[in-house]
Amino acid sequence: MTKKYTKDHEWVQVDGDVATVGVSDFAQSQLGDVVFVELPEAGRVLEQGKEAAVVESVKAASDVYAPVSGTVIEANQALVDDPSMVNSAAEGEGWFFKIQLKDASELDGLMDESAYKAFVEESH
Amino acid sequence: MTEAATALKTTPLHALHVELGARMVPFAGYDMPVQYPLGILKEHQHTREKAGLFDVSHMGQVRLTGADPAAALETLVPGDIKGLAQGRMRYTLFLNEQGGILDDLMVTNAGDHLFLVVNAACKEQDVAHLREKLAGKAEVELLDDLALMALQGPMAAEVMARFVPEAATMKFMSYLSASFKGVPVILTRSGYTGEDGYEISCDKADAEMIARALLAESEVEAIGLGARDSLRLEAGLCLYGHDIDTATTPVDGALEWTLPKRRRAEGGFPGYDIIHRQLTEGASRRRVGIQPEGRQPAREHTEIQDADGNRIGEITSGGFGPTAGAPVAMGYVDIAHSAVGTPLTLVVRGKPLPARVAATPFVPQRYYRG
Repeated sequence: MTKKYTKDHEWVQVDGDVATVGVSDFAQSQLGDVVFVELPEAGRVLEQGKEAAVVESVKAASDVYAPVSGTVIEANQALVDDPSMVNSAAEGEGWFFKIQLKDASELDGLMDESAYKAFVEESH
Repeated sequence: MTEAATALKTTPLHALHVELGARMVPFAGYDMPVQYPLGILKEHQHTREKAGLFDVSHMGQVRLTGADPAAALETLVPGDIKGLAQGRMRYTLFLNEQGGILDDLMVTNAGDHLFLVVNAACKEQDVAHLREKLAGKAEVELLDDLALMALQGPMAAEVMARFVPEAATMKFMSYLSASFKGVPVILTRSGYTGEDGYEISCDKADAEMIARALLAESEVEAIGLGARDSLRLEAGLCLYGHDIDTATTPVDGALEWTLPKRRRAEGGFPGYDIIHRQLTEGASRRRVGIQPEGRQPAREHTEIQDADGNRIGEITSGGFGPTAGAPVAMGYVDIAHSAVGTPLTLVVRGKPLPARVAATPFVPQRYYRG
């Protein structure tokens, strides 16, 4: 399973033609305590780079963008019930949603883990 | 000019904030701690449960002297300053000729002078305003050599008494000149979190020693501006420049309690005609507490609509209340929709979010009344 990252600090992990999406551990550390998430409903069609979800910390609201295009097949209900999972397990149990990939080649434009680490260090 | 290119001022506790691992942000021209490694949520809860130490040295501390500084100050604010007994303090407002609020401030009768604490972002303008309007009547001194801290929370009194025993019996909104580990401090039993606590004014050079002494107590954690904001919002307290400003009067802002009987009758403060008329005939809009349904916070500038989708106002402060365990907000609505319980619609990210006008504070205040 390949895991890729966007410049907007989302991660996407692909298993077959299903991609699981969340925000990076770096992103959650910058957001601070997360108190609310709004996730896309199953069936919604997402376009790469466009708004997909909203994450609200005590201080501010931030958009989460779709790292790849596709159709939402599941949102993480556990995260809606306990938004603090974004802080405790951003790249694990705190995933946001799963989508059916539309075009796997979109993944080629994203960063792998080492490239993302370098990107974070360089820009912050 | 970018923030990075702007020379930010620092408080005497700056090095300590950095040492404690604070995340620093520009605020009112200062490089200030927004949060420490504990995080805003835990810092907020810690303050409500035990005690939190805040650096508020960026705020302006001003000394007003003269033959009758209380009479002089009453020409600029609607509060009862002449009636302030020695050692007592109160909250009041600088007003403009339209009755709009130029700043909110605390005034203490310190015997031979008045001691004012004003907002960081307004302090230069406040001092200029005082100097211009009170020329010949009072001397105005910005006390740049002082630091200011706030110790807030239900255990604040117990902690403070270990250093200043006489602090334990101070009444809410009173003042004490004391000694803290051998250095002079001015304590006021006040704050802006809705909790019991103190503000501690001291010489810049003594600030770090005092902060370290308080932080060494097991009940005390360093708390940043992030939690300060959520604490004051839950307490229903206004943030200048957001909930009140030059376009809001004390009546619009639901701050009638700052307008005592004598001043309402006598006037003699800026904007009196407008404020007097509003008190008699009512204002067209009012600041209210707002409780969104569900868990999604509604932030500042969120549009408020009535049941028919008409715009009736805007949120001026909003976020998640960690103690309330729910989103909380304040804003202005037209007067017909200001009664507690009135249903409202908030337009959050283009979507309607149901809400109600709520009584404030969202969390009971726990001031020490003696």
